[in-house]
Amino acid sequence: MTDPVNPVISARDLSVRIGGQLVLHDVNVDIAPGEIVTIVGPNGSGKSTFLRALIGAVPLASGRIEKSANLRIGYVPQKLAIDAGLPMTVNRFLSLPRRISAADTRAALARAGAAAFGERQMADLSGGQFQRVLLARALQERPQLLLLDEATQGLDQPGSAAFYTLIEDLRRDIGCAIVMVSHDLHVVMAASDRVICLNGHICCQGTPEIVASAPQYRALFGSGTKGALALYRHEHSHSHDHDHAHDHHEAKH
Amino acid sequence: MLDDFTTRAALAALGVALAAAPLGCFVVWRRMAYFGEATAHAAILGVALSLGLSLPMVPAILVAALVMAGAVTILNGRGHAMDTSLGVLAHSALAAGLVAVALLSPVRIDLTGYLFGDILGVNKSDLAVIWGGMAVILGLLFWRWSALLTATLNPDLARASGIDPRREEFGLTIALAIAVAVAIKVVGVLLIAALLIIPAAAARALTRTPEAMAMLAALLGATSALGGLWVAFVLDTPTGPSIVCVAAVLFVLTTVISALRG
Repeated sequence: MTDPVNPVISARDLSVRIGGQLVLHDVNVDIAPGEIVTIVGPNGSGKSTFLRALIGAVPLASGRIEKSANLRIGYVPQKLAIDAGLPMTVNRFLSLPRRISAADTRAALARAGAAAFGERQMADLSGGQFQRVLLARALQERPQLLLLDEATQGLDQPGSAAFYTLIEDLRRDIGCAIVMVSHDLHVVMAASDRVICLNGHICCQGTPEIVASAPQYRALFGSGTKGALALYRHEHSHSHDHDHAHDHHEAKH
Repeated sequence: MLDDFTTRAALAALGVALAAAPLGCFVVWRRMAYFGEATAHAAILGVALSLGLSLPMVPAILVAALVMAGAVTILNGRGHAMDTSLGVLAHSALAAGLVAVALLSPVRIDLTGYLFGDILGVNKSDLAVIWGGMAVILGLLFWRWSALLTATLNPDLARASGIDPRREEFGLTIALAIAVAVAIKVVGVLLIAALLIIPAAAARALTRTPEAMAMLAALLGATSALGGLWVAFVLDTPTGPSIVCVAAVLFVLTTVISALRG
């Protein structure tokens, strides 16, 4: 394991330009091992760009990314449109780009709550099932850092809650650091150690409670979300029931 | 054995079909059908280049196809929709190529062979070029298969796995240019894209994995090539279009079979 004092990944004075537009500037972030960090921000605030910068998918205008040696990153993209012309079973998808043994594939699917999907076509999966398969794929890399970009897009609220419960379980079991991007504020924030409020730069950061009451955060999102955060806390204890109900519901689509 | 022109024709058609069909799967998966069309049409510019400057034909076509691919990439970043850019470039290249051939060639030549292929005129060195090109394309696909598939699924997913999606894309562009350059003699500029796309589309209906689709596409492509050649002999029809017609019939068959299976 990495020394807990050393971050698994750091952004130093990061700036990113896309099409001449300064999307991110002066971003400094350290992610500690095992930490769950949620990045919130309005549309166009550079949240996804920040994650893509971490995996090296966008060129940096300035600054740098520092990773711990041999860092294994699992990445769950925001959306993945598989062309209808491309036949792809879940099992085959999980073995890309590296061949994974059938046992490891089964284990990753089970871990992500997608044990029954192996032989299904990717195109036939519902939104929630698809996200779980993407998560299973990321888990196969035995990540020390898991990056999730709007992982609950298109899921209803119980579905999102179930997904975040799964993420918390993963952190507990695998010990990986997790960086999530979300606009799903009230659900995601409660599951986080730290929330970073991003709008081109870091507006404010801290525990969910601190950020939710920060004036910069309220200026971006209004004050209505604080009540919803409390509501989520209340429901959190029985979210596992939602999980199963949700999957049955989805299978009907 | 290679002294018989029908044997040479069969081997030429087989070689082109076996390489074009798996490559065509990527053309289908990446929605590059029109891109393939534009690259193929650029080949006629290569023919003009070759006739006008007395350059060898295959390298001239390769250059023209690669320039076209570069032009598409540049235009694509300039605010035009991809299919509009490709529509402009594909047809402009074909027209400009036909004009250039007329202007540059010292004697008036019959373009039918370049437009629809001249498979019965394939000689031994053509055959060597075709099978050499095929080996390069299949070798590239085999070597880069997983990386190509990952980059096709999602560029960011590829990046996260340490694959450079632009490099893979560039590899496919090269393969496409080679396919065009070696296929022109067999089916001609106007029908090259058909050999890429139709067998792949026909294979899609019956397969569950990308590997199965590529292999079935190669099989259907080879069947079309030999079947089309046979049809052309029996019915005395032009060979290139006959090959494409057989491929189209196979597409209808696999689609019907898939529909009947539910």
